[in-house]
Amino acid sequence: MTTADRRYHHPVSFTWWARKPSYLLFVLRELSSVFVAWFVVYLLLLVAAVSSGNESYQGFLEWSSHPLMIALNVIAFAFVLLHAVTWFGLAPKAIVLRLGSWRVPPNLILAAHYGAWLVISVAVAWVILR
Amino acid sequence: MSETDDKHAVPDMPDTTGTITMEVARFRPDRESEPSWDSYDVPLRKEWAVLDGLNHIKDQLDGTLSYRWSCRMGICGSCGMTVNGEPKLTCSTFLTDYAPGPVRVEPLANFPVIRDLVVDIEDFMAKLPTVKPWLVSGDEEPAEDSEYRQTPAEMDDYRRYSMCINCMLCYSACPVYALDPDFIGPAAIALAQRYNLDSRDEGNEDRRDVLASAEGVWACTFVGECSVACPKDVDPAGAIQRYKLTAATQAVKDLLLPRGAR
Ligand code: SF4
Ligand code: FES
Repeated sequence: MTTADRRYHHPVSFTWWARKPSYLLFVLRELSSVFVAWFVVYLLLLVAAVSSGNESYQGFLEWSSHPLMIALNVIAFAFVLLHAVTWFGLAPKAIVLRLGSWRVPPNLILAAHYGAWLVISVAVAWVILR
Repeated sequence: MSETDDKHAVPDMPDTTGTITMEVARFRPDRESEPSWDSYDVPLRKEWAVLDGLNHIKDQLDGTLSYRWSCRMGICGSCGMTVNGEPKLTCSTFLTDYAPGPVRVEPLANFPVIRDLVVDIEDFMAKLPTVKPWLVSGDEEPAEDSEYRQTPAEMDDYRRYSMCINCMLCYSACPVYALDPDFIGPAAIALAQRYNLDSRDEGNEDRRDVLASAEGVWACTFVGECSVACPKDVDPAGAIQRYKLTAATQAVKDLLLPRGAR
């Protein structure tokens, strides 16, 4: 075609994500992956500190109780919660389970996820706090 | 018969509760390089959809307005536009729901505008056939008078996805498509699933390369707005998430199982 493109292309505005709550949530969830990664790093640092003796573990605890670290971890925790909750919300859409001719209702799949989360959390808490 | 005699209201003089202002995005590529707005006052009638308002404008006020429509009953999928910021079928969106107005009508977002409210849908038309949205059969030719039988339960597996009318409201609602125009998009994936989940179809493998690619289901980050926008309750977001699981399971099987057992 030789004619110039005379169509109008709407530019994607810089604030498109502020237009709808669901867009904002989407951007926040994308952002949450950074915090998920941070928790992985933090956990690895903890393991490293524990394995290299009591002194380094105490150092790790001290470092972790710095107000800035606490603030960071509180924010990270909120994002990880957001990540988990939205992930679970997606699960019943992805999983279509059939037992014979009965289709397991989506709410039950969702409940099973939260149930498993609770059980695992309790197990972990028991191991740590025992 | 006088016009004030309600009991004998003449059919072409229906209930009019005043007027409503329609702000319509105009784009005339021969005259301007960006869209602009035109305002029109149209009668506010309870049975009038946004499309009726546009038809009134075109018939009575300004014959140069361009837009697409055909069936006026929510089935052809051609009248999709952005109404007060949301993607809508204008034939099934009523003016009274926006009273006292104004109602802003713009072309579908995320598509290039050709003129006024008409967008270029070439991108979607090019993507759609890449997912082979038809029954793929493995056999050479079905026997002369053979039939493919299907139980109601088997039909239920895909019925929802078969309701898609290709209106592209879902593309218009999708920020991923806005940011990454190569994303194959909600309706194309829902339509692929409409055939993947059909007991008569054998095309799963053929569709896999396109669906399981980075521009396929994995581009989707589950915003969910496509399912909100869909006028036919197709739930393309659900179709995509479901295929993600299928694709992931298949990839694991490919890795672990010998060829024959997949
Ligand atoms: S999935 Fe829904 S919104 Fe998307 S094209 Fe089909 S009918 Fe329209
Ligand atoms: S005119 Fe056909 S769907 Fe609206």
